[in-house]
Amino acid sequence: MKKTILSLSALFLLAGCSSSGAWGWYVINPTTNTGWINIKFLISGMGDTILISVIAAAISIILGLVVALPGHSAKRGWRIVNRVYVEFIRSIPLLPMLFWVFYGLPLIFKSMGLNIPIDPFWGAIITLAISDSAFTAEIYRSGIQSISKGQSEAAQTIGLSYMQTMQYVILPQAVRRILPPLVNQFIYIVKMSAFASVIGMQELTRRANELVVTEYRPLEIYSLLIVEYLILVLIISAGVRWLERRMGSDEHA
Amino acid sequence: MSNRAIELVDVNKWFGTFHVLKDINLTVGTGEKVVICGPSGSGKSTIVRCINRLEEHQKGVIKLDGVELTNDPKSIALIQGEVGMVFQQFNLFPHLSVLDNLTLGPMKSRGLTRVEATEKARHYLDRVRIPDQADKRPAQLSGGQQQRVAIARSLCMEPKILLFDEPTSALDPEMISEVLDVMVELAQDGMTMVVVTHEMGFARKVADKMVFMDKGEIVEQSSTEDFFGNPRTDRCRTFLSQILRH
Repeated sequence: MKKTILSLSALFLLAGCSSSGAWGWYVINPTTNTGWINIKFLISGMGDTILISVIAAAISIILGLVVALPGHSAKRGWRIVNRVYVEFIRSIPLLPMLFWVFYGLPLIFKSMGLNIPIDPFWGAIITLAISDSAFTAEIYRSGIQSISKGQSEAAQTIGLSYMQTMQYVILPQAVRRILPPLVNQFIYIVKMSAFASVIGMQELTRRANELVVTEYRPLEIYSLLIVEYLILVLIISAGVRWLERRMGSDEHA
Repeated sequence: MSNRAIELVDVNKWFGTFHVLKDINLTVGTGEKVVICGPSGSGKSTIVRCINRLEEHQKGVIKLDGVELTNDPKSIALIQGEVGMVFQQFNLFPHLSVLDNLTLGPMKSRGLTRVEATEKARHYLDRVRIPDQADKRPAQLSGGQQQRVAIARSLCMEPKILLFDEPTSALDPEMISEVLDVMVELAQDGMTMVVVTHEMGFARKVADKMVFMDKGEIVEQSSTEDFFGNPRTDRCRTFLSQILRH
């Protein structure tokens, strides 16, 4: 991993030093005053990117469970609710959904006599959470399905209700299999949070765009932007691997 | 024995187009022990699973203590109050200790306190002769011990009827008798039992009535004495000669 980063940065540096003229690293050169200010400006979007992603992921994890549970119900009606939600949400591209939530939803609220403004921050979070919840629901579904049917039958014979069976028998066992893909899904949210830039959220991508407009150096600035996401995602992947090791190690304890 | 604990009248069931149960008529009196045997795929397990509604039958009537089983919540509550089940694969909860496996049902569905449930659990662990394994996980026990924990788990719900679905089929031979011994004791204490098994020694010892099934039908149903001494049908004779040969 370290090697990859080193060789990547070496490549960029080499390219920067060449006289081809394509690169102009001065724009984000930390040793110059403007370069340093620019870097600080770009990185200052990190906080909002992380905040949006974390809140959206937290909502998605809860919402996904709420959507997944009816999918295992014995009643057909509940299963249909689950399927319709998953198929419908999963088929909407993120960007149109973002526009719909940000520009459309307030109008619906207004027509209902409610004055609920949706700012870019919450607009992005709502969109990311809903869009992602269809996928988390499917992760829960496969995790729950991987627990043998005998477990819920045994729970039934000792008088547990459906919700009790889930709470005390199925989910505690499924969580080992659910958690790693769920954290993996977090990577998706972090990357998709870049779309928040189009509704004016001052996160990483928006900052980069703004700087490009004033500095006219898209190559260097977007390169740095990619590195910023790369670092975020690498940190999360390391978390997933740590989690998988931990979960795997006491599987039979 | 006049009291009818379980009554099946013309019960039919299909899995898709496969007719698993054909016109099943069976009555089990309170305190009676019935052993169901027959070749695999004959519908033995399905009968037992219909009695506690893990499977739904499509035609006919199943009554518990004279009350017909339906999807009505009252009917489900009746099953859960009266019928316990022991599975071939034990189906213990692997993430919980033995003790927690036993206290879960009484606490969550009967509203017992932890202290009450623990007391009950220890009592039944004593009864299945594994008092000192309460804090272990199921995976740390032998198959025979696991099945006895599963029996104790059912007993903690204080059922009137216990169903056994091939309780010894997944066990190594040397562990079969420790499970059967516990079952014999339960039988002697007057529990109403329906047991699907190939253990004919056990059947001879405890069964009041034998049921032989083949291809979804009850082929023969008679007292234990008649069943072993004087089987009426060829299919039953052949089956008995095959499993009693060794």
